[in-house]
Amino acid sequence: MAKPRDDRAWVLVLPVLLLVAFSALIPMMTVVNYSVQDSFGNNQFFWNGTGWFRELLDPATELGGRFFDALWRTLLFSALCLLIEIPLGIAVALTLPRRGWGVAVSLVVLALPLLIPWNVVGTIWQVFARRDIGLLGAAVNGLGIDYNYAQDPLAAWVTVVAMDVWHWTSLVVLLCYAGLRAIPDAYYQAAKVDGAGAWAVFRAIQLPKLRRVLTIAVLLRFMDSFMIYTEPFVVTGGGPGNATTFLSIDLVKLALGQFDLGKAAAMSIVYNLIILTVCWVFFATTTRGQSEAVQGTAQGAGR
Amino acid sequence: MALDWMAWTSETALFFALLFATLAAMTALAILRPETERVGILGLPTTRGDRLFLTLLGAAFIHLAWLALAGEAPLWGASLVSLIYGAAMFRWA
Repeated sequence: MAKPRDDRAWVLVLPVLLLVAFSALIPMMTVVNYSVQDSFGNNQFFWNGTGWFRELLDPATELGGRFFDALWRTLLFSALCLLIEIPLGIAVALTLPRRGWGVAVSLVVLALPLLIPWNVVGTIWQVFARRDIGLLGAAVNGLGIDYNYAQDPLAAWVTVVAMDVWHWTSLVVLLCYAGLRAIPDAYYQAAKVDGAGAWAVFRAIQLPKLRRVLTIAVLLRFMDSFMIYTEPFVVTGGGPGNATTFLSIDLVKLALGQFDLGKAAAMSIVYNLIILTVCWVFFATTTRGQSEAVQGTAQGAGR
Repeated sequence: MALDWMAWTSETALFFALLFATLAAMTALAILRPETERVGILGLPTTRGDRLFLTLLGAAFIHLAWLALAGEAPLWGASLVSLIYGAAMFRWA
């Protein structure tokens, strides 16, 4: 006889549900309410319908112009971070020792940047890259290169991208290292028998076997870099001018600097939808990986 | 009114009421008619909840695209497209 279902345990989830409602759900609903209204302060709101969204999605308007500028900037930042961090992460993971005392030392050193709070990372780089007292800034200027991230947009971009690479490449390395360690020795032995060189081993064995962890790394790094706020805000404050004003920084300027709640709410909803889509792709990719693995195991057991 | 700080309007209240009603209906359906995952055109195992999520997410993008591209055309056009998209999702995804 089938055991009757007992769903009383779901009641235990209630406290979490309440907490999420107050910390995420209700604020999110408020944002939706704001996005269709205009406010002149004093908690007075006026209906604006889809007005803010129309303005936001039209690059010819002031709001649309700054939104699309910030969006392209953020996408460029994410693309640069991925283009550097993924190949670099794979390269570093390939050079890490596979056994011995070096493994623990390497992993601890690599994990260090990941453990530093984001605002501290920003502060470290803000000082490190200063041309007057910063080691990096003074050294680069000492080499005869005019480097000043507070005035030169290119220098500001180089600084924030370098900071992100410094902060997050370790994550890619650790993921790739785990992926590499999971490859059975038999593959390498077979490659040796066939006389394959290092490049052939990388192309035919390591890279295909890293596909899953690399997908996770790319999606994680894309989401993180696309939502980046603290580090560039501490280093450049979005400047010089608007050169490093990414979407999140622009959103804060709009909502807290100008107190344009309606415009900011419309912008956050579009921003949130983009993130939500990437999150879904991430979820779908990882769960598909799991279901494929389960199917593979089941087929293997069947044979 | 106590909810003034959330700046409620009847339109947004109706929107959320419909959303929560949909979620409640889906929960009731999940209890009364339990289902198994299936693989559709997306090549992924999806449940009814997944298909609803994709429908809602897609509907949001359809409405945004409509606002950006359709000029002054009435917004219910986007809702109609979203309904067709949602039906396709539930049938084939």
